[in-house]
Amino acid sequence: MTATDVPPTETEERPIGFGRLLRKEDPRFVRGMGLYVDDVQLPGMLHMAILRSPMAHARIVSIDTSAAEAHPKVLAVVTGETLEGLGLAWMPTLSNDVQAVLATDKVRFQGQEVAFVVAEDRYSARDAIELIDVEYEWLTPVVDVRTALAEGAPVIRTDLEGKTDNHVFDWETGDADATDAVFADADVVVSEEIVYPRVHPAPMETCGAVADMERVSGKLTLWTTSQAPHAHRTLYALVAGLPEHKIRVISPDIGGGFGGKVPIYPGYVCAIVGSIVTGKPVKWMEDRSENLISTGFARDYIMKTDIAASSDGTIRAVRVNVLADHGAFNGVASPTKYPAGFFGVFTGSYDIEAAHCSMTAVHTNKAPGGVAYACSFRITEAVYCIERIVDALSYELEMDPAELRLKNFIKPEQFPYTSKTGWVYDSGEYERAMRHAMELAGYDELRAEQAEKRERGELMGIGISFFTEAVGAGPRKDMDILGLGMADGCELRVHPTGKAVVRISVQSQGQGHETTFAQIVAEELGIPPEDIDVVHGDTDNTPFGLGTYGSRSTPVSGAAAALVSRKIRDKARIIASGMLEVSVADLEWTKGSFAVKGDPSQSVTIQDVAMRAHGAGDLPEGLEGGLDASVCYNPENLTYPFGAYICVVDVDPRTAEVKVRRFVAVDDCGTRINPMIIEGQVHGGLTDGVGMALMEMISFDEDGNCLSSSLMDYLIPTAMEVPDWETGHTVTPSPHHPIGAKGVGESATVGSPPAVVNAVVDALKPFGVRHADMPLTPSRVWDAMNGNAKPPI
Amino acid sequence: MQVTVTVNGTEQVRDVEPRMLLVHFLRDELGLTGTHWGCDTTNCGTCVVWVDDEPVKSCTTLAAMCSGHTVRTVEDLEQDGELDPVQQGFIECHGLQCGFCTPGMLMTARALLDRNTDPTEAEIREAISGQICRCTGYATIVRSIQWAAGQSAVSAMATTNGGQA
Repeated sequence: MTATDVPPTETEERPIGFGRLLRKEDPRFVRGMGLYVDDVQLPGMLHMAILRSPMAHARIVSIDTSAAEAHPKVLAVVTGETLEGLGLAWMPTLSNDVQAVLATDKVRFQGQEVAFVVAEDRYSARDAIELIDVEYEWLTPVVDVRTALAEGAPVIRTDLEGKTDNHVFDWETGDADATDAVFADADVVVSEEIVYPRVHPAPMETCGAVADMERVSGKLTLWTTSQAPHAHRTLYALVAGLPEHKIRVISPDIGGGFGGKVPIYPGYVCAIVGSIVTGKPVKWMEDRSENLISTGFARDYIMKTDIAASSDGTIRAVRVNVLADHGAFNGVASPTKYPAGFFGVFTGSYDIEAAHCSMTAVHTNKAPGGVAYACSFRITEAVYCIERIVDALSYELEMDPAELRLKNFIKPEQFPYTSKTGWVYDSGEYERAMRHAMELAGYDELRAEQAEKRERGELMGIGISFFTEAVGAGPRKDMDILGLGMADGCELRVHPTGKAVVRISVQSQGQGHETTFAQIVAEELGIPPEDIDVVHGDTDNTPFGLGTYGSRSTPVSGAAAALVSRKIRDKARIIASGMLEVSVADLEWTKGSFAVKGDPSQSVTIQDVAMRAHGAGDLPEGLEGGLDASVCYNPENLTYPFGAYICVVDVDPRTAEVKVRRFVAVDDCGTRINPMIIEGQVHGGLTDGVGMALMEMISFDEDGNCLSSSLMDYLIPTAMEVPDWETGHTVTPSPHHPIGAKGVGESATVGSPPAVVNAVVDALKPFGVRHADMPLTPSRVWDAMNGNAKPPI
Repeated sequence: MQVTVTVNGTEQVRDVEPRMLLVHFLRDELGLTGTHWGCDTTNCGTCVVWVDDEPVKSCTTLAAMCSGHTVRTVEDLEQDGELDPVQQGFIECHGLQCGFCTPGMLMTARALLDRNTDPTEAEIREAISGQICRCTGYATIVRSIQWAAGQSAVSAMATTNGGQA
């Protein structure tokens, strides 16, 4: 436990600005008074349920809705044919593909939306979907991603004109020739096929919406589980042809998102249609199975990876070939120019000579998605790939994995560092973080203990992962989603009495924005955080911006909050100069007040200035009254948080069960706004990592049936499977971010899976195991121990 | 069918379908939306409430089964404007992020501390092992419950000493 983990005493001073501060949102949550989408109750509200495909690939022969329509409590039954008449059967995805709102021609994955019912209550809606009779003609599904491009493979996307295969895109980065040349000349080459299986963010709150189309004003209000309310509003305007000012998207309290609530799902569109058709508010909440089988999955990359090194352990080049499963529709939520997200940072934290990646993405008869589960736009895959292959190299070189990493890190003086794939890392002190983690873990003692245990036949493993992320998308010149630039707005109003309201474009799903954004303004203006209200998640009441995902809230919107505060401070300084009758240059700012240089007794507080700004009397010439400002922040670059993780596991040699005994995480996210919240985010991500490494996987049988459609089959860690986390930190501010903060929301989810897997593989070293794929369930570990390790897909 | 359930100390009489789940009875019939629904399969525990002082998962309990019984939900933890120590503990030790699993966790925590005033870390972890949190990684939940146990010990001492502690 580090100092910041220790709860403060009651007398401890609460910070005006950065520091440990209890969350402003908690008093409502502990009373059960949060307002989640399913808590929204409107007069006359109806309920919607969706009929989904039982098959992965089938032609729709006919749909008979007559029995459902005859149900006494049913008000509407809608099929794809109905939507086609309205021009709404298909909608754009976030990757410029299209996705069926309700299937018209055929179904393309199990769980795909086929029809919906609106009824008086939730139970009747569910009853009625059972009354819809759909006749399907079974088609051979494409389940095995490795055969998706084989000759004669069934074509999934027959809706796209001229489509004759299941190819989505090819993509490459780096220099193939330079990389091949280094490989030809290298002392050591290690190759592994590294699989990151399909997983699912599975937030505790599933997806849902309440749509209320007001007939007279024509205004649509949509309460919805969205991480990006503004982007959703614009997309609804484009999809449905509704005028944008007549759409209000409200993301109230959200029960976890993890990227799964970035896309627009067909259910949201159906709820809107349901409200238009019935003239009443319509609520839709998916159940857990619907959530697991139809909403945004994550990962599903097969990464053939080669690493070239000198015999002394100098890493020289990395080469990766990826086969990516994008499911039936390309619904990846990535910036337009980055079809593979930010996988290009696969060179990791190492200074190497050359790198190259080639990738092929394909369709299969599985749910769409691909960028979710706290992945920082595919950096999870990139970090797992490099950290796993570096460990395989350490195995081959018989070199300690910590020593190998320390030898190859990018050095502090090399920043800003341009990687071989063109990413400009802003700042880093990797060795310091690594050594801190080793110190906290007692690394040398752990290795001694391991040696001793190996003598006795006990299986103890120590796994290391060192990650660098690229977060805070992003600069408008490079990054947009469907043409919307990835900048974020912020508005700040200081009221006459010096209290303030800050309106932000990003939206919290548990990250604590109401606290941290108040702290950012407090740090800049000296107004106590409790005097600052943070408004978010409502498009009618916040400025435009692209939302919360990819750890972008602090890097982008946090910067906007700092800059808007500085704008206010600049104006306040002019007002203060008038109040104190000195020139602006003669004023000195200490947090919360301006004083005359050399005479601190002559001073005014920001609250005094606020009253003067709104009050009677003259202001300095040319100055408008009021103390409000707004900005739209366009980041200059991404920020590059990093961290060093060490995991200790024990593997039972008789049952192959893995127990995570310890986990040490040192994170460097630059300037730390609220250490308590940062550590909370890290803890959550570490748990994700243990889950993915040991138990989580969305799997399918050969007919494309999803075998992980409930929380009985899709296993998520409980308190019994995870240890008490040991956290530490270093601080390397971002040089281009106004407050030097880098973002941390996804760091641990990105960084921890390789630490756990590396620990298990390390434990299995006596069996000659150099690689084993996630999820490392007892049976898969057992297979690895017996020389039968096989990929999960 | 008619059910009579005493919820948070108030008798509630309603006509409901025999198949109505307790979680929907609480949320949709009584408007007690502090109890959440998360999975269908009794795995996640966001729906934990007390039935006759025992924590149960209300997503797999029928409202009809509770007729003639007492139910306590998260809305009843705060008494006379005073938060229960488990509620305060979750605030003090950052035992929640999105808040969705929190009501269920709080009800289990209160039940645990009513039976065991000084649980070990292992006992706390076991008590909440039927519940899933996707945000916190559990360590801060454990600390929150320990904090509450500590507070209860302090107030017990205060009572014993006639408030002089």
